[in-house]
Amino acid sequence: MTSPAELERAQQDELGNEDRPWVTVVWNDPVNLMSYVTYVLQKIFGYSRDHATKLMLDVHHKGRAAVSSGSKEKVEGDVAKLHAAGLWATMQKDS
Amino acid sequence: MNGWTRKNGHVVAELSQQEAAVIRGLVGQIKDMLVARAEEAPQDELAELTGIRTGPSTPPEDRVLGRLLPDFYRTDPETGETDEERPDAAGAMRSLYEPELLDRKTGTASVVLETCPREGGRVVLSGEQADSWLNALNDVRLALGTALDVQDDELPEDPPEDDLRREHLGVYQWLTWVQDSLVEAVAS
Repeated sequence: MTSPAELERAQQDELGNEDRPWVTVVWNDPVNLMSYVTYVLQKIFGYSRDHATKLMLDVHHKGRAAVSSGSKEKVEGDVAKLHAAGLWATMQKDS
Repeated sequence: MNGWTRKNGHVVAELSQQEAAVIRGLVGQIKDMLVARAEEAPQDELAELTGIRTGPSTPPEDRVLGRLLPDFYRTDPETGETDEERPDAAGAMRSLYEPELLDRKTGTASVVLETCPREGGRVVLSGEQADSWLNALNDVRLALGTALDVQDDELPEDPPEDDLRREHLGVYQWLTWVQDSLVEAVAS
């Protein structure tokens, strides 16, 4: 689910590709269920089930995945939401 | 309990009295830990005037609570280096965000305690309440999984009969099933 305001913001993020200094990283952990991680990524970011599943599998197999990016403030908010859902998330500068 | 099913926009399950007691007991314990942490937060006059709360700048010493309240920056376990140059960055972020995180987590725990009948029976949840259950059940599993040293997507070796962990492991596995069934019902 997503709201018009979130859609607009997502589009702006798409456009501002060169201006994406921060990324949100989700790390693999032994407790979180694959089904739950996929659901949380869909819910928080409005991603399709396919995209959320792909990110979840990256976390599972590679140990980590960048799940969103944008300004420092946006990424801070994303990490806070992921922590509320119990995912192990951190933020870092895009390398 | 036979798992969650979707009925008329709600998700529904039948819990025995014992199952309800396990869920209420564990969710209540997590809530108590979080409330105790919130009460440790520094009080300052500025926060009272502005309404902007500040949490502690250091992570909890208890590793179970630490897993529920992670840092915003990763520290490399081998080198001790963080992804942020300023050494106080993680602490600053924690004091800014932890009060809200504690509110959210105690809030989801409260929803479970309000909607899970003490004596067991039928549980009927709206979509929003089901999301609270998912988050609260996950917090319980994170706490138990940390305490039981669940590693690498595998459960620890089957402990011997007289090991106290044996019972906890059974509860952990049951909660895994309850949560997975709820995700399936909500996401379907």
